[in-house]
Amino acid sequence: MGFEPRIVGFLCNWCSYTGADLAGTARIHYAPNVRVIRVMCSARVDPTFVVKALAEGADGVLICGCHPGDCHYSEGNYKAMRRFPLLGRLLRDYGIEEDRVRLEWVSASEGKRFAEIVDDMTERVRRLGPSRVKTLLEADRVER
Amino acid sequence: MPEKKLQIALYWGAACGGCDVAVLDTNEFVIGVGFLVDIRLWPIAADGKYRDVEAMADGELDCTLFHGAIRNSENEHLAKLLRRKSKVLVALGSCAHLGGIPGLANQVTKQEILERVYLDNPSIEAGNRVVPLPSTRVDAGELEIPRFYRRVYRLDDVVPVDYYVPGCPPAPEQVKAALQALVNGTLPPARSVIGASNRTVCDDCRRRKEEKKVTRFHRPWEILQDPDRCLMEQGILCAGSATRSGCGVRCPDSGMPCRGCYGPAPNVIDQGAKFVSAVSSIVDSKDPREIERILGDIPDILGYAYRFGLPASLLQRSIR
Repeated sequence: MGFEPRIVGFLCNWCSYTGADLAGTARIHYAPNVRVIRVMCSARVDPTFVVKALAEGADGVLICGCHPGDCHYSEGNYKAMRRFPLLGRLLRDYGIEEDRVRLEWVSASEGKRFAEIVDDMTERVRRLGPSRVKTLLEADRVER
Repeated sequence: MPEKKLQIALYWGAACGGCDVAVLDTNEFVIGVGFLVDIRLWPIAADGKYRDVEAMADGELDCTLFHGAIRNSENEHLAKLLRRKSKVLVALGSCAHLGGIPGLANQVTKQEILERVYLDNPSIEAGNRVVPLPSTRVDAGELEIPRFYRRVYRLDDVVPVDYYVPGCPPAPEQVKAALQALVNGTLPPARSVIGASNRTVCDDCRRRKEEKKVTRFHRPWEILQDPDRCLMEQGILCAGSATRSGCGVRCPDSGMPCRGCYGPAPNVIDQGAKFVSAVSSIVDSKDPREIERILGDIPDILGYAYRFGLPASLLQRSIR
């Protein structure tokens, strides 16, 4: 059986979740690999959430928020924008490939854009193969 | 004077010995403790053989203070042995609590460590490049040394731990408080962190805190710092906001940033992730490229964010 990536998606309530909703109501076909968790703002995505998703076996994590300047809370997405580069470096130091974690801006009217991002990310993660994090941590418990 | 002296052991796994010094730094107190307790094993300060521990009845020891991480099979063997022989097992210091400085080795593989230490190290003579094996056959018979593990573990990963005393090393007054609680029988509910507070280092820091907006990060020696102002506001990385207090804020008081040795603040699951969040949030820019540049001043983010607790982080080790 082929490998189907499991990607955790954190979508902001005001733009990106609505954008994903639009992709659905517009009946756009796209990869079913992202499991969506709605958050009030991309700033709500604590780096701990991303690390935890990866530790528990996610093959990828997608964070989506309003475009810069459009945040419902005026500046929340800038906080996500500032966190992301340092979190990315931390994850690369852990040996986690860059393509597994992604930050994108999707507005409420961009259903098509959301579908394209999900398709593209799913393909990139598929090429990387399953994340080895959970398997390795479980093996560490059995054999030291 | 109690009718029967408390029976205690102190033991080290993968450690530098600084925690032993922290116990000795309680000065006359530790001498006084000698009248209240029998020290049955303390490799750095007293004689005592493993076979003496093996000969004890289960639960014969009232308490073991275990410091150091679990790096090899000897560390784990003794952790399990002392767990069985002790009513109370205390993880003393960052290494036993979170993996400590030895835990940074979880960024590389066992193979890389052995090659670096025994083969590639420039100080080793050419004819002497030998990787030790767990067992070696010599004329006199079979020689054995402990097996070096693939990665570093916390004490908690191999045996159930009753209490954690954080710090690298723990502040002597906190060691004293923990020993005092043990002697008086006033220990809190099991599995709690003792000898520390429920606040963050920032909460207890005496430096002045204003708005945090940083356009450049510095190493502590690169700038002349304002001794009264928050170090983060001056662009010096300080782990105080993500770190449990109880240390007495010794580092920021001495002009050095907090390095995070007391471990995650209460209710924080992953200290490094919280540290990343805190550092990023003070960057004063809305331009992705400028943000990259400002954060680019920070070297070795993994090593900084998890200096004392990589094995205790959610991801625990590098994926290689």
